[in-house]
Amino acid sequence: MPAEAPVLLRGITFAYGEGELRKAVLRDVDLTVAPGEIVLLTGPSGSGKTTLLTLIGALRAMQDGSARVLGQELKGAPESVRVRLRRNIGFIFQNHNLLGFLTARQNVAMALEQDAALGERQRLDRAAELLGQVGLAEHLDKLPAQLSGGQRQRVSVARALAAEPGLVLADEPTAALDKASGHEVVMLLRHLAKSRGVPILLVTHDPRILDIADRVVAMEDGRIVGATAERNAAA
Amino acid sequence: MSAPALGASIALAPRRAPGLAASALLAVRLAWRQLWSEKARLASAIAGVMFACVLVFMQLGFRAALFDSATALIGAMRGDLFLMHPLTTASFRSEPMPRVRAWQVLALPEVERAVPIYLAQATWRNPENGTRRAIQLVGVDTDAGVVDFPGLAPLLDRLKRADTMAFDQRSRPEFGPVPQMLAERGPFEVQVGNRDMEVVGLIEIGPSFGADGNIVLSDVNFRRVVKERLLSSIDLVAIRLRPGADVLAAQAKLRALLPADAMVLTQAQLIAHERSYWEDTTPIGFIFSFGSLMGLVVGMVIVYQILFSDIAGHLKEYATLKAMGYSNGYLGQVVLGAALILAVAGFVPGFLVSALLYDLVGSATFLPLAMDLARAGTVFAMIFTMCAVAGLLAMRKLRDANPADMF
Repeated sequence: MPAEAPVLLRGITFAYGEGELRKAVLRDVDLTVAPGEIVLLTGPSGSGKTTLLTLIGALRAMQDGSARVLGQELKGAPESVRVRLRRNIGFIFQNHNLLGFLTARQNVAMALEQDAALGERQRLDRAAELLGQVGLAEHLDKLPAQLSGGQRQRVSVARALAAEPGLVLADEPTAALDKASGHEVVMLLRHLAKSRGVPILLVTHDPRILDIADRVVAMEDGRIVGATAERNAAA
Repeated sequence: MSAPALGASIALAPRRAPGLAASALLAVRLAWRQLWSEKARLASAIAGVMFACVLVFMQLGFRAALFDSATALIGAMRGDLFLMHPLTTASFRSEPMPRVRAWQVLALPEVERAVPIYLAQATWRNPENGTRRAIQLVGVDTDAGVVDFPGLAPLLDRLKRADTMAFDQRSRPEFGPVPQMLAERGPFEVQVGNRDMEVVGLIEIGPSFGADGNIVLSDVNFRRVVKERLLSSIDLVAIRLRPGADVLAAQAKLRALLPADAMVLTQAQLIAHERSYWEDTTPIGFIFSFGSLMGLVVGMVIVYQILFSDIAGHLKEYATLKAMGYSNGYLGQVVLGAALILAVAGFVPGFLVSALLYDLVGSATFLPLAMDLARAGTVFAMIFTMCAVAGLLAMRKLRDANPADMF
């Protein structure tokens, strides 16, 4: 029997505002992400893709529909359940959002501080190992301000993957980067995710990185308008 | 497609969150790293806490010094029981009673001795520049052994001569460089009231808020200076009981014996009476408490400002931590941790500066200002509370860190 899909959305409808100002941003969205699958979510601004990502990431309370993420039903889930679920999701933001007063290694270790099984030594070793995998072995003890944009985003990739998440959510991870470093970062992300079998849901405008996806899902006006470019999920 | 329940948590590894103590420690470490990364801001925060700390120490110090010095004179009296007129509110402004009360108490077999004490203020002419200033006079039969001022014992014979007195060397310097003059030229004459009196030696009492200085002289010499005072009109009676007598029983018997113009007090009650004048019936006690409170409020505002701007300036980072699964409670611990670090980091230098200021101000004002551990503990508790409250107020800003706005 196959395991349940990491992301299983049925009939997601979401609106901002109240009464006459109510504006629907998601209408009856169904989406499934299979284990190990890399899905790109594209579409114009205001198509609802970012809202969808925050719902899947348990960052926002659900309104209508059913969303099972990593086996947890999010419809009606209280804040404490959502906080706990987030510990199993790796987030990568448009801006790196690293803590400016911590070194690269300490930033990555922050993702591990919620696991009592690890001691300080193990956390720092794990962080160093991950930073090595994203090619930053030379920059462990640098502050974010001392790194280039591409390097910072690679630190946040390492941070997202450090706690062995069951799912990685990324929002425009290449928006602030030039073509070369943007591509490098997503290829790294793809490589690390594939080697661990972690599914990725990535929101992007950036046509330059479509090639990393197993599947591209296009959204418009709060609806999924088509899935394209089904590719082989080769590692 | 219905999801099978089996394998529902494919990736939800059973992860145990750190215990409260471990997570609090990590939170405080994060707070410290954040504070340390902006050293100028940290320095100004510590300076703010230190300022509050020094302010509170000084206010409490003055308050304690006031009460200590106000009772220094009374505290040096040696007696088992004392008589005082019920209308006397404080020793520097006493209401006289008939001297016959001192003889009446001798009716009680337990009473060994009853010694009248005269208290009054007179003007002292500065022997150096001639200015006049009020000084406290203590007139007593110095042989009776009912006053115990350091330095008095060797002067007893000299004080028996006419027109002699002992000067309190801890009096304010405005009375003139008496100790120095005494050392240079031996006993010399100073005008007290309208009479020239000879300073024959030095004792130690210390100024109070009621009197800037003191002189001690025999009851006979007291009468010579304060001419308008009848020798039969006295301010205080020190009573010595026979060894083994029950003080409280004697007090009760004396109360029954004496008319309403004499209160019978134990030494502790006498000191408490003097103290309560300053505490309860003058605004002085309140002023110092109010001053301490102001110091704490200013310190709290400074700490709040620092913590608040730390959060406001790092909203994205805090929101990121929330997205990573850190709870509001954990971030609250970070803010409180920062507040408590500031409390400790501000208290230590504040304590040292205050100890230094106590020395400086103590020698300038001749008030008994001394750092004691109990007060240090009290001030630390106050500063700690101040920072914690500032932290709790600043924590409200954490609600603005919404991880859903991060995308």
